[in-house]
Amino acid sequence: MSHSTTTRIVPAPIITEPVFFEQTWDLEYRHALGETVGGFLQALRERKLLGRVCPSCDRVLFPARSFCDRCHTATGDWAIVGNTGVIEMFTIVYERFPGMLVDAPYVLCYALLEGADTAVAGYLRGVDLTDIAAATKQIYTGVPIRVVFTDNPQGKVTDFWFELAE
Amino acid sequence: MMRNVAIAGFGQSNFVKSRTDVTFPELVREGATLALADAGITSSDIQAVVFPLAPDALIGVGNGERWCVEAVGAQGKPFMRINTGGATGLTAVQAAYMHVASGLFDVVLVAGADRVSESKSAQSILNKMWDTGYERLYPLNTITMLALSAQRYNDKYGATEEDMARVTVKNRAHASLNPHAHLRAPITVDDVMATRMISWPLKLADLCPSSTGAASMVLVSEEYAKRLDRPVAWVRGIGQCAETIWMGDRVGPKALQDHGDAESLATAIERSYVQAGITDPREQIDVAEIYAPFSSTELHVIEAARLAPLGESFARIAEGEFSLGSPGTIINPSGGTLCTNPIAVTGLVRAGEVFLQVTGCAEARQVAGASVGLATAIGGDHQFYASMVLANHLEEIS
Repeated sequence: MSHSTTTRIVPAPIITEPVFFEQTWDLEYRHALGETVGGFLQALRERKLLGRVCPSCDRVLFPARSFCDRCHTATGDWAIVGNTGVIEMFTIVYERFPGMLVDAPYVLCYALLEGADTAVAGYLRGVDLTDIAAATKQIYTGVPIRVVFTDNPQGKVTDFWFELAE
Repeated sequence: MMRNVAIAGFGQSNFVKSRTDVTFPELVREGATLALADAGITSSDIQAVVFPLAPDALIGVGNGERWCVEAVGAQGKPFMRINTGGATGLTAVQAAYMHVASGLFDVVLVAGADRVSESKSAQSILNKMWDTGYERLYPLNTITMLALSAQRYNDKYGATEEDMARVTVKNRAHASLNPHAHLRAPITVDDVMATRMISWPLKLADLCPSSTGAASMVLVSEEYAKRLDRPVAWVRGIGQCAETIWMGDRVGPKALQDHGDAESLATAIERSYVQAGITDPREQIDVAEIYAPFSSTELHVIEAARLAPLGESFARIAEGEFSLGSPGTIINPSGGTLCTNPIAVTGLVRAGEVFLQVTGCAEARQVAGASVGLATAIGGDHQFYASMVLANHLEEIS
């Protein structure tokens, strides 16, 4: 290959170790939650669990949603949901995920509450998790649970959790 | 009427944990050159480019397609980015297929890369897909999401952690024959069982690695394929299906789909089977590259593809089915997503591996006589499903 007379070819630089650029993203958001989620969270302060009824498929969507994910129809009436139910699925987490500030071990689950047609995410508390085999004898799909509220609800989904029913 | 479309070239790098010799666009370009060389064409022959890239934050860039236009040689050409999470790579191939099948283009390139291990925050980034008011406060991520699915599947059908471990054992044995795979060391059931518990029932060896590498593919019209002096794979069917974000709607008496099964994936696969004339997949499909990032996931994907009846995949695996050298459909001869997961191109590698298999170019991991194959992928909150049937001929699939 020929170069122009002004191009001066020199030896390639020798890199002794890999070169890096390090960066931490610090992003701030203030998300509007809307009137339906807002209403659900407001009711939590009074220890009430609210769903919304789909007029098309008649399911009670819980937690409350403004439209039905199946029918694409706007939901209308609010419905109160009971504080007992069953575990539909769960996992026992023993790993601490970077950036997710939860101390392991813990049980993350979805529970179907009395009067609701869809399950809600939450923690199951009160089970000794040191022995997996013993813990998973007590927790299984279909095991009855009850909802427990914190003493001072703040209007967040973490105001309540589940414990195994007596 | 759609035109016939052929895959005429595929390339992949050797997938590893990290690469310090290249930037992200340089890695993308490296991948792009591999398929072009394989097809025997150059960047100037490409008429349009489809660029697969999953969530940007995984590689620490805002809208990474902007960084990579010249890396895929797309200046002056139609260009689009595809993002369906883990399904991205296969959805990108489907978009390229439509580019050619529509008659708008004769030669289309799909090229991309990933380098997930450059962030320690992958699971935190993935958590951001969930609803702000109801679900994001919980440590939902792809590991806990699929642990929930595994627990439900195991509870429903009686599968055990040892059954899951046998999936890892099979795929690692396959990966040991694949020079491009990331985790290539053979492993035993006891080895898998001895790895640390992450999110019960998932242990470390039930999970895919975070892989770095690149892959690319060239798709061409039938007319253009005739001008290339190389074996090609024909796209015989494609299918897609999306699912609600709400996992809580996939359980209970009124659920339409079950989070323990993969029914929406079954719908996507069936759509591709119908187009391809596949009625008895166990007889008609020689090789399947099914996207399953975790051992547990492969069990319900095998069933969604009708390669085993519901709840029976793990018993078949225990009997040695689906492994290289066994009769019947071979599943994940590359070692699969469980051994190599460069997220943006993982689905592309599924189609690429089937292309290699049906064109007889899969070397040590070749499925003898393979002529028809299935590639699938899954993305998002177990939510975006893609399927593709490839064959080395345009005759009726028997």
